[in-house]
Amino acid sequence: MAVAEDPASTETAGSSASRALIQDRIFVGATALSAIIVVGILLGVIVSLFTGSWEAITRFGVGFLWTERWNPVKEIFGAAAPIYGTVLTSVIAMAIGVPVSLGISIFLTEICPPRLRRPIGIAIELLAGIPSIIYGLWGFFVLAPYLQHNVQPFMIDHFGSTPLIGALFQGPPYGIGLFTAGIVLAIMVLPFITAITRDVFLTVPTLLRESAYGMGMTTWEVVWKIVVPYTRVGLVGGVMLGLGRALGETMAVTFVIGNAHRISSSLLAPATTISAAIANEFTEATSPIYTSSLIELGLILFIITFTVLGLAKWLVGRVESY
Amino acid sequence: MKKTLFAGAAALVAGVMLAGSVLAADISGAGATFPYPIYAKWADAYKTETGIGLNYQSIGSGGGIAQIKAKTVTFGASDAPLTPDELKAAGLVQFPMVMGGIVPIFNLPGIDAGAITIDGTTLADIYLGKVTKWNDDALKALNPGVDLPDMAIAVAHRSDGSGTTFNFTNYLGKVSPDWMDQVGVDKSVEWPVGIGAKGNEGVANIVAQTQGAIGYVEFAYAEQNKLAYMDMMNKAGKTVAPEIASFQAAAANADWNNAPGYYLILTDQPGDASWPITAATFILVYAAPDKPADVAEALKFFDWAYAKGDDMATGLDYIPMPNSVVDLVHKTWETDVMADGKPVYMPAM
Repeated sequence: MAVAEDPASTETAGSSASRALIQDRIFVGATALSAIIVVGILLGVIVSLFTGSWEAITRFGVGFLWTERWNPVKEIFGAAAPIYGTVLTSVIAMAIGVPVSLGISIFLTEICPPRLRRPIGIAIELLAGIPSIIYGLWGFFVLAPYLQHNVQPFMIDHFGSTPLIGALFQGPPYGIGLFTAGIVLAIMVLPFITAITRDVFLTVPTLLRESAYGMGMTTWEVVWKIVVPYTRVGLVGGVMLGLGRALGETMAVTFVIGNAHRISSSLLAPATTISAAIANEFTEATSPIYTSSLIELGLILFIITFTVLGLAKWLVGRVESY
Repeated sequence: MKKTLFAGAAALVAGVMLAGSVLAADISGAGATFPYPIYAKWADAYKTETGIGLNYQSIGSGGGIAQIKAKTVTFGASDAPLTPDELKAAGLVQFPMVMGGIVPIFNLPGIDAGAITIDGTTLADIYLGKVTKWNDDALKALNPGVDLPDMAIAVAHRSDGSGTTFNFTNYLGKVSPDWMDQVGVDKSVEWPVGIGAKGNEGVANIVAQTQGAIGYVEFAYAEQNKLAYMDMMNKAGKTVAPEIASFQAAAANADWNNAPGYYLILTDQPGDASWPITAATFILVYAAPDKPADVAEALKFFDWAYAKGDDMATGLDYIPMPNSVVDLVHKTWETDVMADGKPVYMPAM
């Protein structure tokens, strides 16, 4: 249309066509290059993680994965404690974050009066914009003391001696530890999961929804029998995105996890995660084997994240093929 | 319009390039975070006086050592000295620049700063997890007049690798064979108990937030934030308070003359007035530098800091090096930092 309006270009239609062709080729080339660069960077990261951690891999072997000790003095390194902390904080974050996010999305799309939808939606998006260090500071100075004085003593008193789950709630209330890190992470993943699940809930055709209500279904039934089944692919995607963020989050966790290379049965005990250990120790890791072990931690995190994403893709594929 | 914009951009580019060439004349260094405030203050005053600035990246001692070995900076800075063998292998020369103290801090309701005294073995036992209550017999014996509560001790330590931890664990290792055996000495160690926090501020805040907590921080940090510190019993069996005088006593009693490469850690020094956990921080330069002029500029700056920086150092709660040590460092510069058979920099006596 723009061509037809421009008299100069109609006169030289032939050359402009060939110019357009060249333009198009350049465009294709440029986009392909961008895509190749991304793949190249990914491969580069994998290669450098492997070469960087080679010394630790050859020295400690697979035992690195289940050795709990982390002793820079004697140069004995094992990843069990950081792996445990990474997985457990993410599990806590998901256990809290997923139901709350789903609740928010359902409220926003099904129940909320339209004039409240925008303000609540914007508030949640703003949560996503808060830098992680701010979450860390808030967790350390506000949340941790609160939990320490009000919540954790209650948990220890009331659940500490319960059979089976009692061991999860024992020890002194430090305020910081696995539990606090999990809560901070839950708040951090909330906006991501909410934003995606809300958007996918909105993709449910109005016709479908209205007819369900028209048939006399309750809101509960509409959500669980129409909306959720219709959007499960997107839901899995949203949850996995949140999980990916929880696994790799560094700064906020470093503040509130307690940074102890130990595995304890209690959720209230200090622990460490892979990314927190790297952030804490990389600057002063002088010996080659120390640095190499930290890089191997990075490699393990990469593999965990990669596996989670792969699993998500596979799940999505399975759900789609129903 | 376009032309003026272009001219403006060109001027901007030229300006940036000019600024770049000025920056190139700056002294470049990297390393320890502990002395960063005083290096920054000296650099500021030095720049006003001479026009030469300092570009110091406080990335940690490990990073400083790595960068000087990679020759990306003119000097490196480390809180833990390199051993004479390490210096020789890397072709580096090391000298102490300024000192600081490390103090134990605590949080007990109703007990004020300085009201508790602790000795090295008890401190080590607390950090080993052997002494777990504030009313333990060992603590009671050290503090006869104090009503110590029946409260669990919550141990806090640094989670990031740090020169502070190096000196703290070095002291515990000197006074407690068990510590040496089970934990050892390093910038980060395998802590048997406790929670880790990032930086002095992290440890200080855990202690402030947790009743019954104990931690260790740099003196400058404790002093500026009015933290409840402990007095300590030193090697001579005397109780001393953490203050500039007791740190200087430790430094003065240190035998720098017989420490090749200035490899001397100032913990557990003799002397009635010596604070037991005192630490120096070190500068590293090449013995035969590729760019002698740059190293000369750096040494000139350090010499200026030795001569005129003492008040600024004490103002920030650091401890200046005693004159006897500065004289030794001058000799080291004259004999050990050479280019073409001549000293790179001759200190003005």
